[in-house]
Amino acid sequence: MTAFTGTTRLTRLALRRDRVKLLVWALAVPGVGAAVAQSVSGIYGTESDRIGYATTSAASVVARAFNGPVSGPSLGSVVTAEAYTMLALLAALLSTFAVVRHTRQNEETGRAELLGSAVVGRHAPLTAALLTTVAANVLSGLLLALVLVAGDLPVAGSLALGAAITGIGVSFAAIAAVTAQISGTARGANGMAAAVVGLAFLLRAAGDAWGTVSADGMRVVSAWPSWLSPLGWANQVQPFDGNRWPVLALTAGFSLLAIGTAFVLTAHRDLGSGVLAVRRGPAVAARGLLNPGGLAWRLQRGVVLGWAIGILVMGLSMGSVGDQLDSFVGENEAASELIAQLGGTEELVDAFLGTMMAMFALAVAGFAVQAVLRLRAEEAAGTLEGILATAVGRPRWLLSHLLWAALGAVVLLALAGASTGLGYGLVSGDVPGEVARLTVAGLVQAPAALVLAGLVVVLFGLLPRLSVALSWSAFLLCVLLGQLGALLELPQPVLNLSPFTHLPAVPAADPSATPLVLLLAVAVALTGLGLATFRRRDLAIG
Amino acid sequence: MTAISVAGLVKTFGATRALDELDLTVRSGEVHGFLGPNGAGKSTTIRILLGLLRRDAGEVGVLGGDPWRDAVALHRRLAYVPGDVNLWPNLSGGEAIDLFGSLRGGLDRARRDELLRRFDLDPTKKCRTYSKGNRQKVAIVAAFASDVELLVLDEPTSGLDPLMEAVFREYVAALRDAGRTVLLSSHVMSEVEALCDRVSIIRAGRTVESGTLAELRHLTRTPMTVETERPVAGLAELAGVHAVTASGATTRFEVESGTLDPVLAHLARFGVRALTSTPPTLEELFMRHYGDGSEVAVTAPRPVPVGAR
Repeated sequence: MTAFTGTTRLTRLALRRDRVKLLVWALAVPGVGAAVAQSVSGIYGTESDRIGYATTSAASVVARAFNGPVSGPSLGSVVTAEAYTMLALLAALLSTFAVVRHTRQNEETGRAELLGSAVVGRHAPLTAALLTTVAANVLSGLLLALVLVAGDLPVAGSLALGAAITGIGVSFAAIAAVTAQISGTARGANGMAAAVVGLAFLLRAAGDAWGTVSADGMRVVSAWPSWLSPLGWANQVQPFDGNRWPVLALTAGFSLLAIGTAFVLTAHRDLGSGVLAVRRGPAVAARGLLNPGGLAWRLQRGVVLGWAIGILVMGLSMGSVGDQLDSFVGENEAASELIAQLGGTEELVDAFLGTMMAMFALAVAGFAVQAVLRLRAEEAAGTLEGILATAVGRPRWLLSHLLWAALGAVVLLALAGASTGLGYGLVSGDVPGEVARLTVAGLVQAPAALVLAGLVVVLFGLLPRLSVALSWSAFLLCVLLGQLGALLELPQPVLNLSPFTHLPAVPAADPSATPLVLLLAVAVALTGLGLATFRRRDLAIG
Repeated sequence: MTAISVAGLVKTFGATRALDELDLTVRSGEVHGFLGPNGAGKSTTIRILLGLLRRDAGEVGVLGGDPWRDAVALHRRLAYVPGDVNLWPNLSGGEAIDLFGSLRGGLDRARRDELLRRFDLDPTKKCRTYSKGNRQKVAIVAAFASDVELLVLDEPTSGLDPLMEAVFREYVAALRDAGRTVLLSSHVMSEVEALCDRVSIIRAGRTVESGTLAELRHLTRTPMTVETERPVAGLAELAGVHAVTASGATTRFEVESGTLDPVLAHLARFGVRALTSTPPTLEELFMRHYGDGSEVAVTAPRPVPVGAR
């Protein structure tokens, strides 16, 4: 028996466990690629459109930071620039979660102990997790290349993009293999790996933002930080332009090094423990924890703070590009029409800021759904049983969680407005004015998010076991109606289903009180209904 | 005084009738054993007693109140240790204990620290790192450190080692001496025999037996072994005698309580050299009701009704 005995069996087990997840993953990456290719060939159909796109993208610091360095005016290059960030993040995060799921999470739940007692070598679980994840990455990369070729893009470039995205997935699978050894918990391992994804993104964004524009004005030569990031290497392959395959040697070398490190760490630790010891907690609870509200805050605060950081970064960066907007979309008829359409006004900057606020409203609604669904998570995990067996009534428990969800949503939206205002104020020169104006614009979005939160409470009360799936479906419906409703020219009654349809397009339009008050009333009514149904039903544990 | 009174309790989950006219009476100040095979409805009954599930029919009273309507007021006066203790992974054990105690209306800090020491539980560890036994200790410490009239314990020792079980028994005995009421659902027969004043045995959602241990023995047969000078004849024909087997001078049989006198008179005629009688343990009572002489019923996988875990 070697350290790798049992790898084949464990790989089969992982494939069996994840068959749905892997299928969705293998389809999501090519799906995104196909959708972007489709829309790009529609919007940038002519060579001159694409030359315009490449020139403005290369000139814009923002486009360089968010979309990566553009390389030339070919259709493939534009597709790469538009799809790159989404594809890269999908591959990086899905790979991370997959590796952690089959390593650290197995150890945490005790499954690994059972497996470890069977004929399974020490390195088999990690090897199986990596094999599964790499296979999924190769498959999704191949399918991506296939759909691009099917969309009439050159074969070599399609394969290069597919390989580059696969390379990103493999790099982060290797990083997750290391973090899964370092952290003693799946949550910690995922968090550490996700932080590395964020760092890699920042390095690449900084390197590309500091990069120089080539002589023809349609390409970007990235600065050195891009070359430190696995996300940057994929760009440097320059699919559809240079097709520089040797760059992928960096990816391969880095991945092998990281995987080797992970194996060394595995060999030097006990099953179930991490290189970092799990932190200890206080022996006695702080006063603030000892009531339902304090407990709910303790359980929700990580999520709230995570969202706050994300929104702050997003608001500052989006606000600070407000003044570049003319150069960003000015030369592209279709793009400026799109923004005007989404914001419903001709004032470009205000329309842009309004679009930003609408996006923030949807994002924060996502937070609200997540926070309210904590109700169901507590019930399913069985911790609610213990709480309700104490002198805490159902309304008090439910409202304590709802309080933080609602308060969190309002504060996050205010933060979204304020940070966007600060960013825009810094470049436009009126910080207090813009902060005040956009904070209000952020707060105006809150009632729609609260309606969605109320809906989740009703679903929790009526259909606890289906509430998670139904809540996210409702959220997705709102996103689709908001993003595509106007473009698809759906009839107004259909659009009216989404609470976000009823929000005034601030800051371009003046906020009017009536729809906001009505939305708030709906949110309160839904909450009341949800609470009433929850009070009357059995606990649905597990 | 009655702490818990249940009569004709019915609970259905979809097509499954989890509780079928169940009866249960727990008197104030007693330790009451609540026995039954897996899936018999013990946890469902307890969850109804705590107002976590709604009853479909029947009468339920807990400490003189209605467990569904008066849940919050009643929960100030009782403590609960679930069969499957679920805690928040990011809280420390000490925090979880303090939280439960505080939500119940406060706990005795000196008693809490003493319990932590006796149960050998490290309160600074995060709950995610606790084993099943340690999670159970968290719930037990929180319950025992609370000053309550009634303790509802759902298989509280299933994850504890024998040493900790002994500590647990010691505390339950102390609670009984202090006049507290305990409802103890259990699979550990020796535990019930050692601790309980009265026992209710349920099967398939119905109460099949209820009474003191002595009363239950009265309903059952006593196995006896007798050694005689001459082979025993005609024993099987006597009323109340069952399962007679003879090998040489030794005869084994079972006799119903209350019919012992004629049996002894009959045996005396064959010159009794030795006579041993072993009163049935709860295991044997249990097997007789559910096992049909085999262990199948006790270890069989339980049907899990929806919502009853």
